[in-house]
Amino acid sequence: MIQGYAGKFLDIDLSTQTIKETKFSDEILKDYMGGRGLATKILWDRLGSKWERVDPLGPENLLLLLTGPLTGYYPGGRTCVSGKSPQSSGVVGSTLSGEFGVELRCAGYDGIIVTGESEKPVYLFLKDSDVELRNASEVWGKDGKQTVTALTNECRGLLKTRYPKYGEWKEPAMLYVGPAGENKVRTAVVCSKWAHAAGYGGYGAVMGSKKLKAVVAKGTGPLPDAADIRKVKKLIEAVCSDVYEGELWRRWGTGAGGYNFGNKTSSEPIRNWQEEWHDEKGYGVDKFETRLWMKPYWGDFGCPTTCLKLAVVRNGKFKGAITDNPDYEMQAYLGTNLGIFIPEENVFLASLLDDLGLCGIQTGNVMGFAAELYQRKILTKEDLDGLELKWGDTEAFATLAERIAYKENIGSTLAEGTYRAALKIGKTKKLDLLPYAVQAKGISIGAHGIRSGQDFPEIISYACSVQCGDHTSLASLPLDGGGEVMGIFNDSGVFCVFNSFGVPRNVRFDFYKAVTGLDLTRKEWAFTKGLRILQLQRIMLLLGGPDLNWNPKIHDDNPPRFYEPLPNGPYKGKTTDKNAVEKYKRRYYRAVGWDKKGVPTIGILRKLGLRDAEKALERISYD
Amino acid sequence: MPKKKEPIWIARDFAKCSGCRKCEIACSLWHENRVWPDASRVRVFMLVPGLEFPHLCAQCEDYPCVESCPTKALSVSDKTGAVLVDNEACIACGQCIDACPGRVPHMHPREKHIVICDLCNGNPQCVKVCQEGSWNVLRTVERGDEPYRLYARKPDEITRDLATKIYGEKGGEYL
Repeated sequence: MIQGYAGKFLDIDLSTQTIKETKFSDEILKDYMGGRGLATKILWDRLGSKWERVDPLGPENLLLLLTGPLTGYYPGGRTCVSGKSPQSSGVVGSTLSGEFGVELRCAGYDGIIVTGESEKPVYLFLKDSDVELRNASEVWGKDGKQTVTALTNECRGLLKTRYPKYGEWKEPAMLYVGPAGENKVRTAVVCSKWAHAAGYGGYGAVMGSKKLKAVVAKGTGPLPDAADIRKVKKLIEAVCSDVYEGELWRRWGTGAGGYNFGNKTSSEPIRNWQEEWHDEKGYGVDKFETRLWMKPYWGDFGCPTTCLKLAVVRNGKFKGAITDNPDYEMQAYLGTNLGIFIPEENVFLASLLDDLGLCGIQTGNVMGFAAELYQRKILTKEDLDGLELKWGDTEAFATLAERIAYKENIGSTLAEGTYRAALKIGKTKKLDLLPYAVQAKGISIGAHGIRSGQDFPEIISYACSVQCGDHTSLASLPLDGGGEVMGIFNDSGVFCVFNSFGVPRNVRFDFYKAVTGLDLTRKEWAFTKGLRILQLQRIMLLLGGPDLNWNPKIHDDNPPRFYEPLPNGPYKGKTTDKNAVEKYKRRYYRAVGWDKKGVPTIGILRKLGLRDAEKALERISYD
Repeated sequence: MPKKKEPIWIARDFAKCSGCRKCEIACSLWHENRVWPDASRVRVFMLVPGLEFPHLCAQCEDYPCVESCPTKALSVSDKTGAVLVDNEACIACGQCIDACPGRVPHMHPREKHIVICDLCNGNPQCVKVCQEGSWNVLRTVERGDEPYRLYARKPDEITRDLATKIYGEKGGEYL
């Protein structure tokens, strides 16, 4: 067995309520590592032959909760959530921070595979190898904070009763869904610790469709033994001392972005991306810091950055709202994108979406889309059931978010996410509404625009990503630079990318070696292992289904809005050059081994040893 | 002549804890040569998100745990003032847990003995990492004649206080 792995996975069928253990060969673990890579392999092996027909919200789909060999060792532990995405119909490796992955590994498991669908709401509770499905009727319908309180008390109570002599039990770690996940809203998240979420992909809806309210884990063992613990210790110190040198992420997290990305780089979504520049100094990070942050540093297991800040509204109309920073994405999508530039109101909306279990990015995007339709008088007050969806009206957006989470009235259409909602409303209104849908292949685009050319995503980053609008998985060249294939390493390792900024780029491979005992070079990852995972993700994305299919010729592109000129700010008039996009796309296709139509070639599949994927190509055909 | 080193105490500022748990990692690496949160002598409790704090021995002036031990497995270090556990003598009866006003000691998850902070022989690793990261939640101070026992409190009690401090009067609802 390879070092650094617990060596086993839980394999649970909720339809039959059976709990088994399963293992993967050393070869699979060497090639696919864990997290996103392993998720891709498991999905391909179990569902690949019928991918187009698998309903992401049906019992056949898998919900994967996976760690990687670096989880808990590389500073800043995360967990990867995956399955067939109800947003893109492909595979998304969606990671969230917290102690869950560490507890799971300390309990003796590298991950959990869930299939089927329970008749009644359940939650999974595990203490080391004691694993049980428990009745979740009491917490079904409860919001995020209520769920955490109820299940923490229940499970800590169980531990106390079962092990009375142990002493005081710490809280177990927990992943859970809010009402939005229960109601199978496609913009629902898998949450932890009130404010952390695996957002991209929409796996809250998958978890809810299985009637799995939560997974609660307590592991009392050590992390699986590393090959060279002395080296690991040295590497932890090296990463931390590099991170401590950096001021930006430690002091502000990404929370400085709400002002900076608008004002400096002019790449922030404002009023559904109609603008990307603002000079609202009242939305500066100093206001969040001085008025709202009750903790200057808030973080998760082993993290030297602790980029999260605990924001609490202590008085006024929105008193009682609690969330992390909010980070840049939330400041943008639940702030500027809705015309909101008041820190307290932004914290209130972020806190509400945490409670409902909604993704701030996807839901903030679809609410901005709806508000633009209202601005253009395409959606009327009647369509919105009396709601006047004016830019900056925080309470109106709060009401809309609730309607989305509970699928009430217009909320049931918007709960399908921006792309599907655009098609649906467009059909009713007999209008093409895709020009207002700022998304790529079913996934709303992260809050980093490309028109000014000043932010980090490149002009093909979203268009060619196998995770589509995901700003944490951006396509770019060279392959062994900072692009998507290298992102797959972090998501498969599974650790936090923010603890790799300012750290020499080979340290993560040294870490991999120290934990697993295996040699791995950057080139080997970029041109074989990582690239292999990318091909499988691409193939499943192109197979798509059952309700949507992507044609690269049409859909490997930026949203139409990104070709409109910026209307104001220092980069006024700048936009994306369509020819440059096409040229870069062709270069990218060639580099990753896709033909002119954007489909992986037989040549690259053979080279990577993916013979079983060749047959699937016959199921992908375009003119 | 070098000055005689005074015994130390670990001063703690609960409300500032980031929840990074580097203290648990450092402690378990020192004592167990592994990353092992549940075997750590300092444990970060997070009964409510945002209200993390390190829970560790306060070295009470009267050492009620030592008094309670039926097998004399617990003793006080002459050098550091820390409570030392004789693993061989300990019968894992748990009486020291009940005697501790903060229920701080807990059983080793794999071996049959209690674990209690031993101040790493005067150089606490948890303090070291907390200081390196400049969180300053844990700090080494000279042990004086202070009411240290006040800091030996149950996790639920500390959480309740922090809830009120950070989340206001309604904070208790999250417990």
